[in-house]
Amino acid sequence: MFEGITTGLRGALSFIDRGRLTEANIREGMKQVREALLEADVNYDVAKDFTARVSEQAVGERVLKSLRPSEQIIGIVYRELVSLLGGDPDAREFTPESTASLLGIKRDGMTVLMMCGLQGSGKTTTCGKLARLLQRDGVRTMLVAADLQRPAAIEQLKTLGGQIGVPVYTEDPAASTPVQVCQNGVKAAKKAGDVRVVILDTAGRLAIDEQLMRELRQIDNKCAPDQAVLVTDAMTGQDAVNSAKAFNEALELDGVILTKIDGDTRGGAALSIKAVTGVPLKFVGTGETLEGIEPFHPDRMASRILGGGDIATLLEKAQREFDADEMEDAQRKMAEGRFTLDDFRKQMQMINRLGPLRNVMKMIPGMGAMAELDPGIDMDKEVHRIGAMIDSMTLDERRNPDRIDRSRRNRIAAGSGTNPADINKLLKDFSVMGGMMQGVSQMGMKDRLKAVQQMAGQAMSNPSGRMMQQKQRSKRGPLDELKAREKEKRKKKEAKKQRKKNR
Amino acid sequence: MGFFDQFRQGLEKTRKVLNTDVRDLFKAGEILDETQLEAFEGRLVRTDMGVAAAGEIVAELRKNFEGRTVKLDEVSETINRKLRDLLEGDGSSRYDAEDPLSPLRLRADGPTVILVSGVNGVGKTTSIAKLSKLLKDNGKRVVLAAGDTFRAAAVEQLTLWAGRLGCEIVRGEPGADPASVAHRGAERLIDSGADVLIVDTAGRLQTQKNLMDQLDKVRRVLAKKVEGAPHESLLVIDATTGQNGLSQTKSFSEAAGCTGIVLAKLDGTAKGGVVIAIRRQMAIPVKYVGVGEGIDDFAVFNTNEFVRALEI
Ligand SMILES: Nc1nc2c(ncn2[C@@H]2O[C@H](COP(=O)(O)OP(=O)(O)OP(=O)(O)O)[C@@H](O)[C@H]2O)c(=O)[nH]1
Ligand SMILES: Nc1nc2c(ncn2[C@@H]2O[C@H](COP(=O)(O)OP(=O)(O)OP(=O)(O)O)[C@@H](O)[C@H]2O)c(=O)[nH]1
Ligand SMILES: [Mg+2]
Ligand SMILES: [Mg+2]
Repeated sequence: MFEGITTGLRGALSFIDRGRLTEANIREGMKQVREALLEADVNYDVAKDFTARVSEQAVGERVLKSLRPSEQIIGIVYRELVSLLGGDPDAREFTPESTASLLGIKRDGMTVLMMCGLQGSGKTTTCGKLARLLQRDGVRTMLVAADLQRPAAIEQLKTLGGQIGVPVYTEDPAASTPVQVCQNGVKAAKKAGDVRVVILDTAGRLAIDEQLMRELRQIDNKCAPDQAVLVTDAMTGQDAVNSAKAFNEALELDGVILTKIDGDTRGGAALSIKAVTGVPLKFVGTGETLEGIEPFHPDRMASRILGGGDIATLLEKAQREFDADEMEDAQRKMAEGRFTLDDFRKQMQMINRLGPLRNVMKMIPGMGAMAELDPGIDMDKEVHRIGAMIDSMTLDERRNPDRIDRSRRNRIAAGSGTNPADINKLLKDFSVMGGMMQGVSQMGMKDRLKAVQQMAGQAMSNPSGRMMQQKQRSKRGPLDELKAREKEKRKKKEAKKQRKKNR
Repeated sequence: MGFFDQFRQGLEKTRKVLNTDVRDLFKAGEILDETQLEAFEGRLVRTDMGVAAAGEIVAELRKNFEGRTVKLDEVSETINRKLRDLLEGDGSSRYDAEDPLSPLRLRADGPTVILVSGVNGVGKTTSIAKLSKLLKDNGKRVVLAAGDTFRAAAVEQLTLWAGRLGCEIVRGEPGADPASVAHRGAERLIDSGADVLIVDTAGRLQTQKNLMDQLDKVRRVLAKKVEGAPHESLLVIDATTGQNGLSQTKSFSEAAGCTGIVLAKLDGTAKGGVVIAIRRQMAIPVKYVGVGEGIDDFAVFNTNEFVRALEI
């Protein structure tokens, strides 16, 4: 499908090759994007708004020389999708928060989570999965079986609890009500003393079932759960917006979990739900067993919605960034022994531009090394440093690095604000890469890409390498930001509690 | 309450939540322009029929009506007719509402085997309970085989239903080979002289090759035991499903040779239009609809009702 959009866009935009993206030429391209979104089950209105907004933004952007206009548009769309889904398109790698922080687990006292959603969406299974995650992090958890409706729902939760050694609070369904079970369950957890998280498994219900929605609001009022979590099936189509909106209006949701993404669904529901409710996506369900859960990654979801799956997207992006012409140029030079330090720098920049996709590289054979890199390494800075070193060399030195002797090395280091040892390291990396590149010339395009990526992985995982140097955390910045966010959250939470009291 | 009353009640709920009616867009005597066509396309896409089906219909509208003064009825009828024709195929999948067993290919000369499959949580087990009730109410004796030996308490769930219905049930140990449970179910069917065996299966995503192979094995085991089995292979699809329903139907058909679809959870706000997308590509008819969690919330698929409920 990604192929599909790309080809379609190329056709639609083939007439622009220089100048700026205009309203007219974008309109054609956006039609293709919109179609792809709808195919991915993004809600009709959401897709419409989204493409309108992206078009507006794209108008007037300069058509980049190295990219086809179609690729540029996909780039813009991808970035927008990532930010809409709650990610930062400029971040090189998405680092999810911890389980406890994703679920808003309080440091002191007990946290109550309430799961809700349509029938069969995966609530009960997800309760088990979350309990397993928390328990593994040493957070004592208790499950409460509040689905008295579906045959054997209690038995199901008990079985799951048994698998992971988590206690399950149950009552006789004939002699109780869901509200009672939840209240008593929370009480029992408090009495147990060491329970820090209580997860309420509620029955599946339609958002238009007034009686059952009232019951859910009662549980919400009586037990004042700290977090209300909506569990949604990733295969959901256009209706995702209706139910998400209704559950959010009834409960003020704190998070969404998207289940069953282990299949081949494109998962447009994720975008629809986020767009209409603004509620953040927290986790995805990746299988039937209790291990099948992962934090939600906006960047992965964005490429999934665009249709390629992670690898296809990566290759696509890589193809774009490793501009085929430049690659060939580099290879020819290498074969002729003309690969210079300038070319080396270009290669490093290309690898750097892969940015946020680095986290999916694990999936590609041979890319493990690069993926395992400490996320703390600041690649931008590294590429910048290499640039500075190369800039401090004369043209002649760049072409014939073997002429760089001790005194030249000292001069270059002084000029670039680095150490002579750094210069040495750079020259070594360069010659290693040059050697490896030589073998590549005979391969096909795809293999070549792979090989280059492999090399990059090796070069950068070299433990003595400069690339492995730890990123210096700036003294202020991120930490303050984190604190500010925490504060913001606390404020929101308190306001919510207040609202609930006032109800 | 009869099946249709239930169904209608479900639809009534649906109507209530719809805020605008497409008919507003086509007040008689208006000229059909691009804006209206687009609004109309939105209506179609929102049923989950997919962009391809919606695009085709809009193209036809454009050809027949664009720039013309349109009458509401004329436009709606064009589309409804088109959708009805598509869903009914050659007419063989138009069912007799008075005879709730008419969609089933029940054998006249021996016991019938029905295999039920689908992705996780769509409503297989519940639909089996509902179908058993329907069969029982129409004088058939039913044996159930609890072929979901994987999911926690899946066997207990079907056992509870069997108890309520007074059906015999064949079960396996947790983790047992579903094919062996199916095999024993078929044996029980023959030995007990019952009319119908319904085999439940664990939910599985169609991309799980080994599980799809397992389903194929269940089918082969049944075929060995009872001639021509499974006589019905029902695929359960959740009405909220989007375009993934297409891929589900393709893969399950390969593994289980689906002969019909049960469209469950049609009592919600979802329209279930994905069956239109499915029908465009495959000759698998929708046979029943699920309209609630109760044992009687089940009805023979009725094309007219369904198309009307799409509110196009
Ligand atoms: N493949 C896959 N299956 C899942 C996932 N999460 C849940 N399931 C399956 O989906 C089905 C329904 O899951 P449940 O946990 O019973 O769903 P529920 O929302 O509690 O259902 P009700 O209580 O009936 O409303 C089961 O077969 C689960 O094994 C997932 O992430 N991937
Ligand atoms: N509203 C509504 N709920 C339904 C309908 N059919 C089934 N359900 C509910 O959907 C949930 C899942 O149903 P099951 O019959 O357990 O689904 P399944 O396909 O057997 O699930 P797995 O075996 O876990 O894959 C249960 O809560 C059912 O009560 C329906 O027609 N309408
Ligand atoms: Mg449940
Ligand atoms: Mg089941």
